[in-house]
Amino acid sequence: MAVVIIGGGQGGFQIAASLRAEGYQERITLIGDEPHIPYQRPPLSKGFLVGKQEQRHAELRPAAFYEAQRITLVTARATAIDRLARRITLDSGEHIEYDTLVLATGARNRLLPHDNVFYLRTLGEAAEIRQRLAAANDVVVIGGGFIGLEVAAAARILSKQVTVIEGQSRLMTRVVAPVVSEYFRSQHEAKGVDILLNATVQRISDNEVLLGERTRRPADLVIAGIGVAPNVELALEAGLPVGNGITVDEYLRTPDEHIFAIGDCAECPSLYFETCVRLESVQNAVDQAACIAKAIVGHPAPYGAVPWFWTDQYDIHLQMAGLPTGFDQVVTRGDPESRKFSVFYYRAGKLCAVDSINRPADHLAARKLIGAHATVSPDQAKDESFDLKTAVS
Amino acid sequence: MPKITYISDAGVSRTIDVPVGDTVMEGAVQNGVDGIVAECGGNCQCATCHVYVEEKSLPLLKPMAEDEDAMLETTASPRKSNSRLSCQLHITPTFDGLVVHTPPTQQ
Repeated sequence: MAVVIIGGGQGGFQIAASLRAEGYQERITLIGDEPHIPYQRPPLSKGFLVGKQEQRHAELRPAAFYEAQRITLVTARATAIDRLARRITLDSGEHIEYDTLVLATGARNRLLPHDNVFYLRTLGEAAEIRQRLAAANDVVVIGGGFIGLEVAAAARILSKQVTVIEGQSRLMTRVVAPVVSEYFRSQHEAKGVDILLNATVQRISDNEVLLGERTRRPADLVIAGIGVAPNVELALEAGLPVGNGITVDEYLRTPDEHIFAIGDCAECPSLYFETCVRLESVQNAVDQAACIAKAIVGHPAPYGAVPWFWTDQYDIHLQMAGLPTGFDQVVTRGDPESRKFSVFYYRAGKLCAVDSINRPADHLAARKLIGAHATVSPDQAKDESFDLKTAVS
Repeated sequence: MPKITYISDAGVSRTIDVPVGDTVMEGAVQNGVDGIVAECGGNCQCATCHVYVEEKSLPLLKPMAEDEDAMLETTASPRKSNSRLSCQLHITPTFDGLVVHTPPTQQ
């Protein structure tokens, strides 16, 4: 018996750690293609950039943990899966045999067709951006999503001149309602960030970014955060089905019973949305890993954790529970002016997601409500005297 | 460096030098102390770094913020009056001698 995990990110690490916590005794091999022991990515675009956190704070466990837990770390890229022989090939030419294979290959940044642009996903990339940020004066961030806005906030904290360029008409379009986008725009602008919406980059030179005939911004550092693409090639070449990610069932298993896939690279049926979803989050990676570890030790259960996410920008803490995709109604609880409010998303009359800004109790109540497939009416959600906790029995 | 003592539910005690500025959670995780999971990596999002702070050490700590208070409502082991999330306990020189107990379970 042996488990081989391809991908040394949050999900890959968690499978190994959870397997040992579940009492799994056989061989565990964790293959990662970065020259670091497994680390968490969330701090890279936050505390790490401003120098509040170092590499050792990002490391999920110290090196000694892997030895003590008999988890073999291999730094290599897997190049092929031989499903018949149940073995993988590494770029070194080496082969590793498995009884169970977990694909936790993650995702990679989408790239712009321009030079002189930096991207942030790995520790190595974050370290380079941190160094360049220290020397920069004018920073241009392309992409007004989580990563772009977190980088913009870090750069402002470091007193840089910051411009954010977003192609859509509002910030974080893919994940939040207009009221939340607007709040974040106003907060970034109040901090001195120049936000350009509906804007497209035409050219990037050594020292400026050109948007149109008349619009240009000085830039000695350009960072783009324009989304990711799942790493599915290994699965595709092995003949496994791939949609918007490696396709797995509710047990996170591919049609090959010896192969699972989790995290950013996998698409699975959701209890909270009608179609399959592929989520890019710590929660998703960790909970899916724990689910698979249980399955491997003989306690399979369908995956059904409530999705949740967070972003920190300046002192604004946004926590999201559920999936707002396809929402048709939104109500606000609390006054955005007070800097503490929550937004409740409804789809066909049913609560599907809640965003909480500096209102952690609402967020936790929302996780419970959505997990219980319970709902509160829009009127109850709006009414601050209504106790959300009473709606979950 | 301040010395922090972690005592497991089974009574196993470990004392570790933890740098000022790190958190009580980081001191545990970086030194392989069992009983602190820290699934979310120290972002006050998961309540798996729950500890019971020894009474005599309580006056050393800053009061908790709203998010820690809310998150403590979701701990796997019962919340008590001396419950804290160790990722929110940033170590200062006065923490020397701090004693925390890890709960029976974090998940």
